[in-house]
Amino acid sequence: MKDFNYHSVKDSKEASKLASSSSAFLAGGMTTIPSMKLGLATYKDLIDIKNIKKLSGIKVSGKSVTIGAATKHVEVSNSKDVKKAIPSLSSLAEGIGDPQVRNRGTIGGSIANNDPSADYPSACIALNATIHTNERKIEASKFFKGMFETALKKGELIEAIEFQIPEKSSYQKHPNPASRYAIVGVYVAKHKGDVNVAVTGAKSCVYNDKEMSKALSGNFSSSSIDGMDLDSSEMNSDMHASAEFRASLVVTQAKKAVDAC
Amino acid sequence: MGKISLEVNGRKVEKEAPDNTLLSTFLREYLQLTGTHIGCDTSQCGACVVHVDGNSLKSCTALAADINGSKVTTIEGLETNGKMHPMQEAFKKLHGLQCGFCTPGMVMSAVDLLQKNKKPSDTEIRDWLEGNICRCTGYQNIVAAVKEAATKM
Repeated sequence: MKDFNYHSVKDSKEASKLASSSSAFLAGGMTTIPSMKLGLATYKDLIDIKNIKKLSGIKVSGKSVTIGAATKHVEVSNSKDVKKAIPSLSSLAEGIGDPQVRNRGTIGGSIANNDPSADYPSACIALNATIHTNERKIEASKFFKGMFETALKKGELIEAIEFQIPEKSSYQKHPNPASRYAIVGVYVAKHKGDVNVAVTGAKSCVYNDKEMSKALSGNFSSSSIDGMDLDSSEMNSDMHASAEFRASLVVTQAKKAVDAC
Repeated sequence: MGKISLEVNGRKVEKEAPDNTLLSTFLREYLQLTGTHIGCDTSQCGACVVHVDGNSLKSCTALAADINGSKVTTIEGLETNGKMHPMQEAFKKLHGLQCGFCTPGMVMSAVDLLQKNKKPSDTEIRDWLEGNICRCTGYQNIVAAVKEAATKM
C-alpha cells in the first residue's frame, strides 16, 4: 500500500478543510483499505472521521429513524430502538459481511461507496431516506447516481441518514455464499399510499422497481407480482449469476419480502 | 510517520511507524507477535483476527494509526501463567485444527463470540465464524471445540 498522511479529525469543518482531490474520508475502512492495498485507489491524505462525536448514534422520532454516518453495522443490528421502529433495517445490518466487518464498517461508508451489491443503499431507497451532509439534505432517490457514484461533491461529508418509518417492510437477499454481498437483494417497504421495491445487486446501481411498486401499491400481496417477467437487458451477468437468473431472483426475493411483511 | 501507542496483551508499547502501517504488520514486524497470521491479506480469511477494545477485527484491514490508544489482545495474550485458555484447550482436545494456520484467528473470533453469547447454538457458531476460513478441518471439530469451550468459560 502506497504511503499517505493519516489525519484524525474532531469535527466536520476540520474534515472538509483537509479534503482535496487526492484525499478520502476514512470511517470503518472496510472498502477503502482493501482498495488501497490492491492498488485500486491511492490517496495523499486519509481523513479519519470516526472521532467526530456528532456522526455516531441512533435517534428515533415518531416518523423517522436517524442514524449517524459513522455508526457501525453492529450498533444498528443491536439497537433495540431500530429493532422496534424498523425491524427489517436491523436484520439488514445483521446480514452484512461477517462479525469483524460489522464491528468496523459504517452506514455512511457503505452509502458513500455505493457498491452495486451493497445492502444499505436499498434501505435508503425503500425507506425514502434523506441523506444529511455537512452542506445540504439529499433525497435518496437523487443520491445514488451509478456504479460507485453518488451526488456527493468533493469534500462533502455524510453526517446522518434519516429513514422514514414504514407501515411494513422486509429485506430479503440471495447472498453470495463467500462474501455475503447480495447477488440480488430486495427491500420492500409499504408506506401510507405507496410501496417501494428497492433492488440491489441486479444492476449497476440500486433502483426502485416501478413495475413491481405499481402492482404492489394496487394490491399488497405476493400474488400480484407472481411470475412477473422483468427485463434482464440491463442486469449484471458474472460468474455467480447470469442476467436472466438475476431477473428471476428479483421477483423471487420481492415475493419473499412481501410475504415476510 | 507517527507515534503508535497501544496496550498489547497488557503491556504498553510505543513505536514510530509510517501512517500506512497495518495493524497486522505492526504486531508481527514491530512487536514480533507472529502468532497473528496473514493468510489472504484481503480481509476474507480471518487468520489475522485480534481483539481491539474487546471486539474482534481483522488486523490486515485496520491501520495501526487508526486504533492508536486502544487495548489489543492477540493469540499470545490468551494464556495465563503458561496455561492455555479454555478455547485453546478445547481446540487441542477436539482436534479443531490440522495445519493450524487459521487457528489463531479462529480462536480469537470464537472467544469474542463467547464474550457476547455464552451458550451459542451450532447455527450461531457457524454464522459467527463466517469470516474465518479453514481449509483442513471441514469445520465440524472447530464447532465442537467452541461448544466444549462454552462449558468451561
